[in-house]
Amino acid sequence: MGDFTLFCGRAVLALTTSRRLPRRILRAVYEQGAVCMPVIAIVGVFTGLVLGLQGYHVLSRFGSEGLLGTLVSLSLVREMAPVLAALMLVGQAGSAFAAELGIQRNTEQIAALETMGVNSIGYLVAPRIISALLVFPAQAALFVVLGLWGGSLSGSLLLGVDSGVYWSAVERAVEYRDLRECFLKAATFGLLTTSICAYMGFHADRNTSSAGARAVSASTTRAVVFSSILVLVADYVISSFFV
Amino acid sequence: MDFALEVEGLEKSFDARAVLKGVDLRVPRGSVFTVLGPSGTGKSVLLKCIASILSADAGRIVFEGRPLVDPRAHQDFLRRCSFLFQGNALFDSLSALENVALPLEQTTSLGKKEIRERSLEALRQLEMEDFADCYPGRLSGGMQKRLALARAIVTQPELVLFDEPTAGLDPLRRNAVFAMIAKYQRRFRFTALIVTHDVPEALASSDRVALLNQGRIAFEGTPVEFSRSTQSVVALFRDSVDALCQSLAAIRSEQPVSL
Repeated sequence: MGDFTLFCGRAVLALTTSRRLPRRILRAVYEQGAVCMPVIAIVGVFTGLVLGLQGYHVLSRFGSEGLLGTLVSLSLVREMAPVLAALMLVGQAGSAFAAELGIQRNTEQIAALETMGVNSIGYLVAPRIISALLVFPAQAALFVVLGLWGGSLSGSLLLGVDSGVYWSAVERAVEYRDLRECFLKAATFGLLTTSICAYMGFHADRNTSSAGARAVSASTTRAVVFSSILVLVADYVISSFFV
Repeated sequence: MDFALEVEGLEKSFDARAVLKGVDLRVPRGSVFTVLGPSGTGKSVLLKCIASILSADAGRIVFEGRPLVDPRAHQDFLRRCSFLFQGNALFDSLSALENVALPLEQTTSLGKKEIRERSLEALRQLEMEDFADCYPGRLSGGMQKRLALARAIVTQPELVLFDEPTAGLDPLRRNAVFAMIAKYQRRFRFTALIVTHDVPEALASSDRVALLNQGRIAFEGTPVEFSRSTQSVVALFRDSVDALCQSLAAIRSEQPVSL
């Protein structure tokens, strides 16, 4: 835990000394953002479709189908979008990042950076952390938009809820504090999961039970598992402050 | 004699296994200095301790008269020293040109245009300019070695550490790599510290050689002194290399077995 904190501290400190940072941040934004966008879009639409479907059947028992927009929007904004987008990003970008760092450690690319006098954490990790702070909230926002559209698709087109009623319920339900909670969660998940994936990959050689390719696969698995668990733990902690 | 690098009493253990047991070494400035020794004697460990990739348990490393325990001296050492890794350690997601430009981009305040020109010049000097846009994975072993050397010399270092520069190469390429090191060492006047177990090539291209045996420097002198040394450990190492060559020749001369 202490070593992980030190690692994160070094990454933050490296931001002040790292050279040509904007170019590497842009590249990281592309890798975390553009590359993961199709997955986020698909999961977002289907989450909205399912929420619309399930929500309609629950609400119709109480004759409250008009509240479908409220249910879908608040579920998405406050919980589903930041959590599911983070889990998808961990699965795609986080695992790739941990594996890439593990291979770079194995093939001495990280050692090569250090012998050049380059701050390896500053070069490899810091841009990803900055990028995560931008990309995770942006992906959560995309998830919300597509999820709402998915909810409207199943609610209005398939189940007959009036489209105007659905969208006006959405508009009335979502407040500024809900959006703040959504973006705060997304940014926190981005920071935590990227740091964990970076730490696990960067120290893939510290794995005492395996070495080489197996150490890379073990560290990648650990990175994904720990990140996913931490997303849910952090979600509970942040939610408890907003409820 | 003027020394670029001095190593005093260097010790390194992994768990309970002592690999370096007090290595003393002095590398004259502007020379090609080769550390010989059988595989597994800690030659690479020695080089990695010098380059601070591994931390030594005890001992002192002095570069240009300044001990490397001083953080500023260490930073200065990293700026003036390059390391050529056994496996080249090239960045596989960067092109050849980007690989060579990386140390300039990250450690100097040179402009984009100058970095590009200096990187292309380094590639040109190693006859690699036609492969500037190629990724390392698409280059042959020898070309990767040349690319790694281009990256090592682009910052105009005063000391270059070579970790088994001919590992995995065929005899022709081994000769070519040693010739290349000797050629560029003379052109750029850097001090070269090489660890290898290729005795004939090392003797032909080095100014001084040392023999690392059981964690200590057992011999240090000129290649001629090494060849003529009657010291038992030197003779044993030399003879084992000769014996290996003879046994390989004997195997090759045997009739093929018909199945």
